[in-house]
Amino acid sequence: MSLTLLNVIIAVVIAIAFAALNAAYLVWAERRGAARIQRRPGPNINGPFGLFQPPLDGVKLMAKQLLIPGDVDKILFMVAPVLAMAPAITSFVTIPFSDHIVGHNMHIGILLVFAFASMGGMALLLAGWSSRNKYSVMSSVRAVSQAIAYEIPMLITVITIVMITGTTDLMGIVKSQAGGFWHWNIFPFKAGVFNPLMLLSFLVFFISSLAETNRAPFDLGEAESELVAGFHTEYGSMGFGLFFMGEYANIVIGASLTTILFLGGWDCPFGLFPGVWWFLLKIYLLIATFIWIRWTFPRTTIYGLLNLSWKILIPFSLFNLLLTAGLLKVF
Amino acid sequence: MSAPITIRPDETFTLNVGPQHPATHGVLRVKMEMDGEYIVNAETVIGYIHRMHEKMGELKTYPQFLMNLSRMDYLGALGYSHGHVLLIEKAAGIEVPERAEYIRAITVELNRIASHLFWFGAFVMDLGGFSPLMYALQDREYILDMLEAITGSRLTYSYYRFGGLYNDVDDDFIDAARRFIPRMRASLKKYHRLVTGNIIFMKRLEGIAPLTPEIIRKYGATSAVARGSGINFDVRKNEPYSVYPEFDFDVPVYHECDSLARYMVRMAEMEQSLRIIEQGLDKLPGGPIMPEKKKPIKIAPGDYYQAVETARGSFGIRLVSDGGKTPYRLKLRSPTYSNMHLFDESCRGMLIMDALAFMGSLDLVIPEIDR
Repeated sequence: MSLTLLNVIIAVVIAIAFAALNAAYLVWAERRGAARIQRRPGPNINGPFGLFQPPLDGVKLMAKQLLIPGDVDKILFMVAPVLAMAPAITSFVTIPFSDHIVGHNMHIGILLVFAFASMGGMALLLAGWSSRNKYSVMSSVRAVSQAIAYEIPMLITVITIVMITGTTDLMGIVKSQAGGFWHWNIFPFKAGVFNPLMLLSFLVFFISSLAETNRAPFDLGEAESELVAGFHTEYGSMGFGLFFMGEYANIVIGASLTTILFLGGWDCPFGLFPGVWWFLLKIYLLIATFIWIRWTFPRTTIYGLLNLSWKILIPFSLFNLLLTAGLLKVF
Repeated sequence: MSAPITIRPDETFTLNVGPQHPATHGVLRVKMEMDGEYIVNAETVIGYIHRMHEKMGELKTYPQFLMNLSRMDYLGALGYSHGHVLLIEKAAGIEVPERAEYIRAITVELNRIASHLFWFGAFVMDLGGFSPLMYALQDREYILDMLEAITGSRLTYSYYRFGGLYNDVDDDFIDAARRFIPRMRASLKKYHRLVTGNIIFMKRLEGIAPLTPEIIRKYGATSAVARGSGINFDVRKNEPYSVYPEFDFDVPVYHECDSLARYMVRMAEMEQSLRIIEQGLDKLPGGPIMPEKKKPIKIAPGDYYQAVETARGSFGIRLVSDGGKTPYRLKLRSPTYSNMHLFDESCRGMLIMDALAFMGSLDLVIPEIDR
């Protein structure tokens, strides 16, 4: 019992370190990536390739005065950034990086991750509401309607995966895809299902995770050309820093889940040397795609976003769910 | 796109967009009465950067006022100077050497492309795509370097003089301009591939903010705003001035009336400006750039008017002279002033994000509105 507790504590500490480091260096990667796309150097002064920029930015953010505007709801205003960051970090505890690198494996791992993921929307709502700023309120209302619209197709897709693999254990899901890329859920060669629409289902999940993490082209919550800075308009210092880190931690979670559910987790495409490096390679490729999309596409409109979800993604994922159920019965 | 909504005035709130807001690109304030995300009513408030250019025009002598014109619109400054020198030359009866007029046309068109490039980048940035701005600025940089080499400044040029130019162009400039034309053509193709075909971009502009020809006429809008609504009006063609009749170019007109039409017009205008520059470089005559004998400017009492097509539309300048050293009255008709004021009426019932995309398509430069 005490050993388990100790395990959990160690896992949480590692998860926090991993999330924070990732958040810091993904900002660096994003800035360098954006600079490459835009033909400019990006951060390159502090350290080799500007690698000391993230810790220095962190120091700057922490050294700044924490300014709380007069009219805000103080408690909620302070709680909101923590609520944005904490669930994202907690989710790391149950994500399996390889067959033995996992904080605490649970049979209901996937439910836990999604339960925590939906708390992110609440953090944005609280931040906007407690700020007493019209731009922030508008932004948080947008963020919530967006979160609801995109969690549905995401979860329906997850149910499809759970049906195929027969487990809600993240480790079990990866293990069921072992042995080469033709066993992965993304491809229609999966024995026992042969569902031809899984590639599209992967796209649905990927688009939904873009929207879930408030990334471009779905960054309506912080549409800077309309809503100034959206829900974090009134935040400075580490309050803003936590939102920022929460966003990047969520990106890592989204990429990890996509990898686990569709791309075979730590499994090698050719059945060679499965291990954590394959997992990291896959998630960072996905994150690079996130960055690439952000700096290429303009922002959608709020109705375009809701139409895409309710009229295309949800009907499609429901259809795919039915098809999968039928195929499972047939084969 | 936006569905008809029922307006419940007892539930509205006021949103102050500006004077410091990223979407207004300057110190413009829009007081919006909002019903959720829908705009019930909007009121543009201007004057935050008023610099009394018209009053200065009355107080300063004609040559002294020359540099004020390039400070009206910092993105397309040469067009405004051009209008002023043409007016004074017409009023004072000054002969301009042909070479000077050709160089003026070439530099004005270069400046127009630079202005449209900046608009293109800022407009796509308004829609949330940041990268095209960087590409556009890089192309604009070539133009600014070229103009800097001959005029001495990068934004607020005082290059034209009454009767000619301050400085002749050299071979370096002509070579650079010749190299720039194919480069810019390739860039335009790239922009169309990168931005115009994008599905999100099209969905955000197609059918958004339709401006009927009636509303264009009501507010006196010009430039791509009018030409995107099917009104074929370009001062260079309709009231020819300078050496523009010598050039073979088209006036792009689109009849869709929406934000996309305004975008397409400006993109097509860049291509037409390139054609003018190309012909101007081919036809560029030799000779002096200033009249042989300089005489003091003396303007007989009377009423004079000159309109030019700047990057932002039809810029009119009216001079009432009483024969003195300074004008009796100098009226500047700035195109953006008219283009902006149709925003109030047209944005009612629109979503805020569509309205701000619409504002981007108007190509507003705030110092030019306030003067």
